[in-house]
Amino acid sequence: MAVAAMDEGKARRRRNIALALALGALVVLFYIMTMVRVHP
Amino acid sequence: MALTTTYTDTRAATVGDYFALLKPRVMSLVIFTGLAGLVAAPGHIDLPTAFVALLCIAVAAGASGALNMAYESDIDALMSRTANRPIPAGRIARGEALGFGWTLSVAAVALMGLFVNFTAAALLAFTVFIYVGVYTLWLKRRTPQNIVIGGLSGALPPAIGWAAVTGSLSLAPLLLVAIIFLWTPPHFWALALWRSGDYARAGVPMMPVVRGKASTRRQILAYTAALIPLGLSPAAIGIAGPLYLACAGGIGAWFAAEAVSVFFERDEAKEPAAHRLFRVSLIYMFALFAALIAEHALHIAPFGAWA
Repeated sequence: MAVAAMDEGKARRRRNIALALALGALVVLFYIMTMVRVHP
Repeated sequence: MALTTTYTDTRAATVGDYFALLKPRVMSLVIFTGLAGLVAAPGHIDLPTAFVALLCIAVAAGASGALNMAYESDIDALMSRTANRPIPAGRIARGEALGFGWTLSVAAVALMGLFVNFTAAALLAFTVFIYVGVYTLWLKRRTPQNIVIGGLSGALPPAIGWAAVTGSLSLAPLLLVAIIFLWTPPHFWALALWRSGDYARAGVPMMPVVRGKASTRRQILAYTAALIPLGLSPAAIGIAGPLYLACAGGIGAWFAAEAVSVFFERDEAKEPAAHRLFRVSLIYMFALFAALIAEHALHIAPFGAWA
């Protein structure tokens, strides 16, 4: 039971990290594309 | 009769499960054909914008895959090929997949409109609509023509890539769309020939289930007969050159030979010819678009430039 809860916690942490990375990448993408549009 | 699904896997969803929702193999083919449209189009596109266009095509295709898996999770649970997908296996809730899919779809279309152009964004939205609204929700469970009409969504990426560069459409990208559109039925019906038992069990009206295998074999041959000459036409209108023509001619002849084998196949238990046709259809599609990309990357002049 405890092992299952630990696995669940690990999986959730990995999902959170992946989500944070995806959002971070989106911010970087918006920044780069704004620069490209402003200074073509 | 109501369908009941027994979820047995209680393992928490991993990042890999969410990635599997995006149907990465379908996504790779879509990126590939989208890239071909992008490089074959006349005009210039800067690298970041080209990257965003391909990213949006990939994400929208993946999101459509996730929505398809969410809306078809009851069917997936009944077929051996799909029973272990994240939703029927119980690792991701259907509602979660729907939220994931719709969020990514809207984001991809919005990004395409903001950073590329509105023609490409409209075509991308249309692609999602055809795959999710027309194919998944309307046709899949109703008619054996499901993959013929629904195949339009998988055929559109070259036009989206082209529109990302030019902001418009013309005969050339529509020809590339038509090639994929005619390729889809022989490709999927070859699979359906040896998976017909699975589809029958799940109640999906695929062509071999509804019209029988003999009719499916005839239709595979008919679509292939139309596809092979059309596959050569990009060279005729001057968007492809000798490398493309060699691939379309050589592998096209192989494709046609396997379609004839499928037509005469009598081993209905194993369907070896259908297995071969399925494989050669994948090779044909990759080779055609790889040749198109390579010719533009290596500056091999298309036949139109020789005149």
